[in-house]
Formats: sequence, structure tokens, C-alpha cells
Amino acid sequence: MAQTSHGVGGLTYDAKKRAWPAEFNVFLALVILVVIFELIGRVFLGDSFLFNTRENATGIFNEARLQIIILQVSIVGIIAIGVTQVIISGGIDLSSGSIVGATAMIAMSFAQVATVNGNPNPKAMFLAQGWTDLPVIVPLLVAIGCGLLAGLVNGALIAYTRIPPFIATLGMMVTARGIAKWWSKGQPISFPTDSFAAIGKGLMPVVIFISLAILFQLILSYTRYGKHCYAVGSNEDAARMSGIKIANHKVLVYVIAGILASLAAVVLSSKNLTAQAGMGVMYELDAIAMAVIGGVSLSGGRGSIIGTVIGSLIFGVIISGFTFLRLDAYYQEMVKGVIIVGAVVLDQWRQRRRAIGA
Amino acid sequence: MSDIVLKTENLTKHYGGVHALEGANFELRKGEHVAIMGDNGAGKSTFVRQITGVEQRTDGKIWFDDKEVNFAGPIEAREAGIETVFQNLALADDLDVPSNLFLGREKVLFNLGPFSILDRKYMRKATEAALVRTAVKIPNLSSTIRHMSGGQRQCVAIARTATFASKLIIMDEPTAALGVQETAQVENIIRTLKENGEPLILISHNMRQVFDLVDRIVVFRRGRIVANLRKQDTDGNDIVAYITGAKTGEAQLAAA
Repeated sequence: MAQTSHGVGGLTYDAKKRAWPAEFNVFLALVILVVIFELIGRVFLGDSFLFNTRENATGIFNEARLQIIILQVSIVGIIAIGVTQVIISGGIDLSSGSIVGATAMIAMSFAQVATVNGNPNPKAMFLAQGWTDLPVIVPLLVAIGCGLLAGLVNGALIAYTRIPPFIATLGMMVTARGIAKWWSKGQPISFPTDSFAAIGKGLMPVVIFISLAILFQLILSYTRYGKHCYAVGSNEDAARMSGIKIANHKVLVYVIAGILASLAAVVLSSKNLTAQAGMGVMYELDAIAMAVIGGVSLSGGRGSIIGTVIGSLIFGVIISGFTFLRLDAYYQEMVKGVIIVGAVVLDQWRQRRRAIGA
Repeated sequence: MSDIVLKTENLTKHYGGVHALEGANFELRKGEHVAIMGDNGAGKSTFVRQITGVEQRTDGKIWFDDKEVNFAGPIEAREAGIETVFQNLALADDLDVPSNLFLGREKVLFNLGPFSILDRKYMRKATEAALVRTAVKIPNLSSTIRHMSGGQRQCVAIARTATFASKLIIMDEPTAALGVQETAQVENIIRTLKENGEPLILISHNMRQVFDLVDRIVVFRRGRIVANLRKQDTDGNDIVAYITGAKTGEAQLAAA
């Protein structure tokens, strides 16, 4: 097949002039950001952001920093994978942070040990019932069940009552947070089994995040469900007229988002070895921000998991960069806010330019 | 049994107090191309929406392909063999041409429910074949519909219809927003369909186009069919008179 021209019906098409994929621009932004931190570090601190400058350490890069960059965004990143699919389908999910809170509480209750240092576990929820030292599959299934249920309620509300996703998931956000607090009775739930604690140990969150990202990118690219995400988000009427079962699709999208949020809850509570009712506050907004920075259009129909992963890395670089420059955390939030708005403005601008131009 | 593809009897649709369609009796024969004309709000699109199951009729009966039918939705109508090019195109802007052609009936390699793996190679090949068959020109199959001109979009929509239609094609103002060349391209596709013997219902405001393309003209006015004329038995002025109401009464076709 000729590289330069392949059109149908005798038209020629210059494949070289094809537009860059949007992900490339996001990646470019990531690189520029790293370069900026590198330059500032070299000039003002005499230290490198990215490279290994310590005397007897091996490797070119500062691996510890790279690990932190991705580790600190992995858990929200898992949520963002689900949120990306919701936004591509033309919806929004504000409930994921609260689903993390509620799921962490409930799942951790089924992951506790019976005895701590020879004494009965003081925090055990179900000590009397003997539901302690359960195999790790039990809390995992409980968690997935919680996420599935929350997603089912979200999806069913949106698909069948036709209320806006913003409202439905806002309701779930408040409700799930309430459930988390009710379950906790003001107490954290701690002392998980070793096998549960292993899920979030070390770099496991990164492994889980990247595995899920690859899995769902493949699903989006190669399956009917993935195609329907873009179709529904792009033109819901067209999708309906074409025979796509919109309601089923929406329920499935929110269920997947719910399950991913519950998996994030498992990883988070496992990593922290405890669950609290306040876990995951604001995660939903960070996840949405990662997706938006990664080129997922809030008007639906465009974006990818790869973009969101790069968006999450931009997040991680900003947090690490500010720590590296020894700036206070509130500067991070200010800059994060500016970047979110900037990403949406860029997206709008790109759309308008396309509409006018070629 | 007969050579009648589609027949409606007393087809009626009320939106609350609005009588959008009132007792429409309509027939379409095999290989026949019929135009539906009428002012805005005359009931043309309403008529199509009842046939294609997009809306549920208030009253009346529909026979399609020798069977009385009761489509619960557009999907059922499509499965029965009625393909429609809707006024709003029904294309997904962010998908490429093959994805739009196969939207809602994707060809899959393995059936895993919603997670069925798509057969992208087959769909691309089939799309190229369909575009060649309908003489549609598209520079790049992989670019999204968003990047295409109105004419190209319309051609994709029509190519989709022509690819999958087994028994009847309905086009709702297919050239309303198109330029001269693009209109000509769409009209060529319609002529190709005529040569292939595919029956077609064409909704159009364009008198020249109607007289160029179809065999028979049906005029709607205020929700009723006021004229049903063979092309050679009428002319533009006559049709305009029916559309505006200057001429009234149900002009019936002489027994065919």
C-alpha cells in the first residue's frame, strides 16, 4: 500500500499530513514540564530533577523520584481509567471518591486479622461472628460487589430516569460518603491480613494501575463496547438510531467505573493498612482532571486511556516537582487548578480550529 | 403475493392535540422510487417516523413485505429491511468511516457480549467495497466524520443505507444542506439505487430533483395526503398548487 496516497474513488490523500494524535500533544506537555523542573532545579538548586546526581548510586535516572511520581498517582489513576470511559461516553462521575471511602471501609472489615500481638483485634468489625482471617478473595469480592452496586445505581438512574449524570453521581457521592461514615461509627478499621496488605505493598499499585490501563485501552480500541463509548459520547441520537442499546451501555460504563473505584479502594486501604471514612475525598475531581489534562473531551466522544495515563503522569510530575523545589503544597493546588482550566481551554480551541479549518 | 413492498392504511399520529398525520393511505411497489413533498409541518417526517418505528402511531395499519408489521423501534424496522437516512444524519462525528458504516452492527471476530473483539480489517474492506459500489469519494477512510464536508458526510450516511438495505430505503431531505456538486453526487447514488431496482422513498423540497429522480409524487398537506400522481401526469405548477393548497382534494392515481 502506498504511503502517500490512498483514497477511495480516485481521490488522493496525503498520509504524511495526517494530524498528530492528541496523545502526542499531551506527551509533549509532559516532556516540557519535566524540562522546566530540570532547568529550575539546575539553576536555582544546583540539583537535577530527573537524573541521578548522587555519587555512588547506579543508573542514569533518579529512580526513586520516578517511582514516587507514578506511585503517588497510581491509585487515583485507577479511578481515572473508569472516569475516562464515562466521559468519553458523554457522562461524568462525581461519586468515585466517595465509593473509594465506602468500599475501603466495608472491604477492610472482611480483611481483618483475629489477633494482634496475642490479643483479640481491638478494631475487628466481625470478631464475634468469627469473620476474621478470611482469604483475600473475600474482601476483594466484597469490594467489587460494592463498586458494582454503586455503579449499577448510578447507571440505572442515568439511563432510566434520564436525570443528568452530574446530579445522579452527585447524589451517590453524598450517599456513599454517608455510608462510609455510618459503617465506621467514627472509628478507622485496621489490622488487615498479610495477604490483603500485600495488594498495595511497594510498587504493586503501579503494577495494578498500568495493567488495568493496558487492559482497558485494548478494550476501548478493539471491542464493541469501546466503539460504543465513542459513538454514544459523540452523538447519542445517532447511536440510538443505529440500534445501539444506549441504556445498557450507560449502565455498563458506570458499573465499570464503580468497580475500578472499588479496586482503587482496595489498593489504597491495603497500602495504608487501614480504612477511614474520609478516604478518597476529592479523588473524583483529581481523576476527572487527569482525564481532561490527558485530552479526554468533556463533551464526549474523544480521548483515550493512554492520554489519561500521561495526564496522570503530568499530575505526578507537578506534585514531585513542587516537592523537589521545596514549595508548599498549596502552590501545587493552585497550579493544578490552572492546568485543568488550561487543558479545557486548549481542547475548546483545538475543536474550534478544526471546525473552521481543514 | 403481490409486488407491493410497503402499504399503509389510515396511518394517523397525534401529538397531544396536534394532528400531525391524519389517515394516510400509501403504497410502494417493488423497484419504485416515490417522492414525498409538502410544506414544513405537512407531516412528511412524521409519516416516515411512524413507518420506521421511531415513534408509535396513534392509529392505522402498516404492511411491509406482505406482512402486517408493528415495529417497536427503529432497530426492528431495520432488521426487517427498512434503512433510513435521517435528516440529522445519524453519524457519530468522532468515529471514522468504517465505524460509522457498521455502527450498531459491528462485525466481530469473537462474540464476548459487549466485549466482543471487532473485525476491523473486514469492516474496512467492506467499507471500501460499499463506497466503490455507490461511487462515493472519500479521501481518507480513517479520518473522523468531523473532518469531512457536508456532502461527504451525507454520502457516508447514504452508503451505509445502501449497503445494508435489503428491501426499502427512505431518505429524509438528503441534499437539503449540500452544494451543487455534492447534490449531484447524492443524486447519482440514488440513480444507482434505481438501476439496482431498490425501492426508495425520497422526501425532498427540490422540485427539479424530484422530477429528475422519481416515478411518482405524493403530496402531504396539513397531515393529509392530498395528491398521489405519476410523474408524467403532472408538472411543477400542479404540485406547487397541491402543496400550497390552491388545489385541494385527493387526486388519485388511475388504476395502475
